[in-house]
Parts: sequence; structure tokens; C-alpha cells
Amino acid sequence: MMKNIKLKYWKTTLLAIMIMTVSCERELTDDIQIATYPSNGDIYTDAPVGLTDEFFVSFDPASGANTQGFGTDDNEAYLGTSSIRIDVPTPSDPDGGYIGGIFKDRGAGRDLTGYDALTFWVKGSTTATVGTFGFGTDFESNAYAVNLDNVQLSTDWRKVIIPIPDPSKLLQEKGMFIFAAGTQSTNGVGYTFWLDEMRFEKLGTIGQPRPAILGGQDQTAQANIDTTVPIIGLTQTFNTASGQDITVTATPAYFDFETSNPFVASVNDLGIVSVDGAGEINPETGQFENTAIITASIGDVQAAGSLTLSAVDLNVISLFSDVFANVPVDNYNGFYLDGFQTTLGGAIVEGGNNIIDYTLLNFVAIEFYGREGSGVQPVDASEMTHMHIDIRVNENVDPSDFFRIEVFNNFTTGSQIAGTYTVTGDDLQSNTWVEFDIPLSSFAGLTAQEALGAIIFVSDATIANVSLDNIFFYSEN
Amino acid sequence: MLNKKLKVKINSSIILGLLCFGVFFLITNCDPDETQDVAKFNTLVMEDMFNGEGTPNDLFWNFEIGNGEAQGIPGWGNNELQYYTDRPENVLVEDGVLKITARQEEYEGSSYTSGRILTRGKQEQTYGRFEARIKLPWGQGIWPAFWLLGDDSEGTVSWPQIGEIDIMENRGQEPTLINGSVHGPGYSGENAITKPYELTNDRFDTDFHIFGVEWGPNYINYYVDGVLYNQITPEDVTGEWVFNHDFYIIINLAVGGNYAGAPNATTVFPQEMLVDYVKVYSAN
Repeated sequence: MMKNIKLKYWKTTLLAIMIMTVSCERELTDDIQIATYPSNGDIYTDAPVGLTDEFFVSFDPASGANTQGFGTDDNEAYLGTSSIRIDVPTPSDPDGGYIGGIFKDRGAGRDLTGYDALTFWVKGSTTATVGTFGFGTDFESNAYAVNLDNVQLSTDWRKVIIPIPDPSKLLQEKGMFIFAAGTQSTNGVGYTFWLDEMRFEKLGTIGQPRPAILGGQDQTAQANIDTTVPIIGLTQTFNTASGQDITVTATPAYFDFETSNPFVASVNDLGIVSVDGAGEINPETGQFENTAIITASIGDVQAAGSLTLSAVDLNVISLFSDVFANVPVDNYNGFYLDGFQTTLGGAIVEGGNNIIDYTLLNFVAIEFYGREGSGVQPVDASEMTHMHIDIRVNENVDPSDFFRIEVFNNFTTGSQIAGTYTVTGDDLQSNTWVEFDIPLSSFAGLTAQEALGAIIFVSDATIANVSLDNIFFYSEN
Repeated sequence: MLNKKLKVKINSSIILGLLCFGVFFLITNCDPDETQDVAKFNTLVMEDMFNGEGTPNDLFWNFEIGNGEAQGIPGWGNNELQYYTDRPENVLVEDGVLKITARQEEYEGSSYTSGRILTRGKQEQTYGRFEARIKLPWGQGIWPAFWLLGDDSEGTVSWPQIGEIDIMENRGQEPTLINGSVHGPGYSGENAITKPYELTNDRFDTDFHIFGVEWGPNYINYYVDGVLYNQITPEDVTGEWVFNHDFYIIINLAVGGNYAGAPNATTVFPQEMLVDYVKVYSAN
């Protein structure tokens, strides 16, 4: 008890002394800090700071990275006399069609726990969009990689702020900076940008952290025991002094993951969920519980988004899922030039998750029969009992709306047959995922299923905007 | 013995807190050009530490309810979007603080609810030091305020003639800035006499900060965390000086309106304005 009091007293006194010193003399800096590794935040002022001459490490030239476009420029500077100059090549440049790499601390690494952001000034020869700026990639473990994607340049100097998702993690960081730039935003026309006054800073004006996993969505999935599911779509968002939010992608190492039911699933530091068991009977409710909810946090802030995982023992033939291995298909957006079809869309990524998204839907197909000699094999679903599909209607739902699912055996051959099942508007919800497990025996007319080759979705425009996910056939073992 | 030790610890931290405050003032006084009036108001006449539970102490506080229509100023005169209620969802004393919460919900024809409390008829005075310790909410279109409004002599005088002293106003999209203002005849609304105060290396929504005025016969001094950042005198206003009569306190959290603009998709709801204390001092 005594010790605690003393310690607290000492700390508070120190604080008081610091305030006095800083305020009246304005000369001492952060020298009081005791760090295991160097805590210098500067990376480039008029020369690289605390880095060797070989601080730039390019991406592998075999990947198309151009190693010729990197240098310094004594004719351009935001402050002082020099800046870093990056010449972004055109895709056909024989030296490489894009440019990118990292600035690496070749020493033991730096203690960045006292900072809250990487900041630098950037100016472009044109208002191109740079694919990635960031830090934490060291070409070793890349454990604490953070990226800010799609940064639009100005032809004047602008300050870029890349918040650190959780500074307490960066005890020994070697990845000082990363960039990757191509000409996607300039139709292949090369351009130049300059970087200056690059450093880790304690801004103090970054607040309101809002971490997210799975794009911030609450997702559900079924997975077999002894399989794994990665938690993806990891981001951290901060509000800055300008009132704007900045969202960076972050590696799992910044997050603490948690499972609600260790009898079903565990999750490791890399955000990999392992399905460990079938669950067990809850002694309080007498119910068999085979689900685990995976959540995450950064510091003491709970991340938006979760994964509710149901342990199953299924035979699965998956057409579209992030959980199960998918069989090859011809397309997820089978369109027909018949003059009637209006549907647009197909497979997209939403918040790090693969989904299928259709707009202007009247009808559309997923084909997997080997269209135009593609070599895709029809699916033998003889042993399967159910079809699983998640449906989210991205508009209002009326009871009279419908979403008809037609499954075809021997598609486009002389022995083609089809079975149909209709989901009514009553079973769907606006802007909410609804899961369906439909017995194949409920597909009226589907008298054979040994060579399934297509699924056609029909709404006749009663539902025009819809997203689909987790489409697979299965049977329980 | 153990208990006594604990007590000592608590007391020492309070003393140290005061010590820090003392050091702070010392710094302010380091400035040789400092000629502004400071802290003459030492008699504590009102202190609400919000240590209770439930509704704010009715010894000091009234609620204002609605969207301003009943008061004849729909949108409270500023096109504000919220409906003020006295429900605990919007105004609650809990955990040692007053919580005013702005919510996005359909209520009595408005799309947002929030809270507004005031000391009208309960704690009014001419001159003094008015101070509150507040942690602000944040986000586009969020408008928290701690301010004083002049007594209207039973409806015979109207705004802006009654006078308005805004100790602290903030636009939620400017998390490092607050403004201190006066409104009076010839200098009201957009023409108010105002000055911003910006925090360096800090924000108003991540911790508590102290906002106050020292208001005397011919001056109003504005301070944040002990830093005196503005003095407004009759020479500064472009009209009659209307600050020589009784004023009362208002604390509110508006949503939308002319000052902060409307909230948008980036605005996170609910938003909380947390008030640790309100203190009023008068001259000896």
C-alpha cells in the first residue's frame, strides 16, 4: 500500500515538473522518455534520418516493380532544401510498370509507442490517385502493417495523416513507410510525386477510434470441424482535427480476438478462427449450442462486426462462399442477349467480404455446366440434401415480391430438367441478410441432380436490388 | 490505519491537482503583457457537482421541452432539428456527471431528441464567474453549448436586447475549437462578437475541459482550462452594452441548425455531452 502511494506521488510530481519545464523554458523535448529502442520519429527531413543509405527497399522487380524511379530532388521541398521524388512509370515501361517499396530501419527498429500517426507532405505533378501509403511493412513479418488506400494527390503540398491503430503495439518497428503507385487513375500516363517532412508524430488531435472487423458487419457462417475461417476486413477509423474521418486497413496483430464459445471455435492472434468442436449442451437451457460468436477489440474499444460461426458436420459443394472451397463455375452473372434481361452486377467485395450483388434484376444465372467449352464440370449433387443461400434485399420488400430459384440438371442438353423454389417477400427483409436452407426435394420438378449446371434467379423486377452470399449444396454427415 | 492512509492519498492528489493548477497560472503570469482582470469573484454561490442519480437537482435546474414552437421560435430560432425532452434517455445525472444525450429517433415529429436545462428563475445573477467542466460530443452537425441568457423582465424585453453570453459553443466537426461570444442589439446572430480558442495537440471530445467567464461591469473575460484567451468590453461591441442585469445559465446539446449545419452519414449517434460540474461565484 505504502509503495503504491509513493509511486503515484512521484509520477504526479514529475508531471508537474514537466509542465513547468516545458512551459517556462520551451527547450527540453521528450528526452525524459526511457525507451528500449530508439524513439526518434523522424524519417525524412532533408535527408533520411536514422536510416542507412539503403533505406529504400523496392517491391520485387519480378512483380513489375520499377526500381529506377526513386530518388531525391533538390529542386522541390515543402520545407528545407530537398524532398523524395517518385517517378511513376507507364505500364509498358521496360524497367517495370509500377513503383513501390518500403523505407526500412536497418537497425534494431524503433519504439513508436509515443506517437499517434505517420505524417508527411506530398505534392503531385498531377492530381493522380496513389494506391497505397502506409507503414509497418518490413518485408519480414509485416506484423503491424497499416495502409491508407487511394490517396488523391494535389499539385500543391498537402499533409497526409496515417493514424496508428494502437501505438502501444509498436515497441520495435522497422517498417517506416510503404508506398505503391501505378497509373490506374491516369489512363497509363506516368507522373511524379514528391514526399517531404516524413515523421511519426504525436498529434494529440486524433480521436474517436472505431475499429471494425468483417467490414463492420455481423456475419454468420457454417463451417466443418477442423476447418479454419479467416477474419478479414480489418480496419481502424479515427476522427482528425479537421473533423474528417480517416480509415486505415490494419493487420490482425493490432486486434484482440475473442470467442464466446471455446467448445466450438477458437481464434488466434492472426485472426484465424479454428472450428474445434461440435459444441455441447448448455446445462442451463438444455439446448445444444453449436455456435460461437467471434468478436474483436483494439485497446478497450470493441470493434464493429462479428462472426457467428455454427459448427457443422457437412458434405459441401460450394458455388460461392468465403468459408468453403468453391468449385469452378462459368460465371456468377450469366447474362443472355435476349432483349428482355435487364440485370447488372456480379461478384464484388464489400467490406472485405466477397458477395454477389445484382441491380436491375429481373433474372440472372450462375452457370457451372461448361459454357462454351470452358471445361467447368457440372456438379454431381446426388448425395446432397439441401441448398444454402443468404439473401439480402437492398430495397424495400413488399409481401407480393418474390425471388424464385430455378435449379437445372443437364443444363442446355436434350435431357434438361429444372426444379423451382420460390422465396416470398414475407420471408425476406430489407437491407438484412436472411439465411435459407432449402431441401432439394422442395425444388418442384427436380427429379435428377447428378449433373447440376445452372441456377437462375428470377424476380421479374419485383426485387431489383439484391445481394447473395454463401451459396452451396450440402448434406449432414 | 489503512483507511487513514487512503484518505491521505486522496487528499494529496487533490492538493497536487491544485498545485498543477497553480503552476499553470504561474505560466500565464509569466507573460509580462498580461493586464487583463482575473479572478475577483471568490464567493461560491452555486455548485452542482452532479453527484446525485436521476434528474438534475431542481434547486438549480429547469427543463426546456420541445422544438421551440411553443416558445414561438420553431427550431429554437436557428433551424435546429432536435426535440428536447426531460426523459433520462436525453438528460440524466449518473456516475458523477450530467449526461445530455442527442439521439437519432423519430419523436413528436422531429428526427432527433436531446436535452436543454437552464437556471431561469432559480439561479440568476448580475456579474460573476461562471464555470463548467465538460467533455464535448463530436461529429458533423453536433452543437453543444454552455451559455448565459439575460433575464427578459417578464417578457418585456426580447432577444437580442436581453443579451447573450456564450461561454462555450462548439461545432462537432471542429473537435479542437470552441468559440466564446456575446450577442446584443446590433451584434447578434452571425454578427455576434466572437473569438475561437483552439487546443494544440488535444481535442475537446476526448477529455474534460474547463470553460468559464469572469463577467464584471465593463468586461467579460473568457478562459479555457485556466488560459484567458479573450476579453470583451463595451469598446469591442458594435452596439449597446446590455450586460448589466441578471443572467441565467443554459446547457444544451443541439443537432443541426445554422451554426453547425446538418448532421450527415458520418455523424455517429447517440452523442453525449458530459458535464462534471457547474460553479458560479460572485464578488466578495
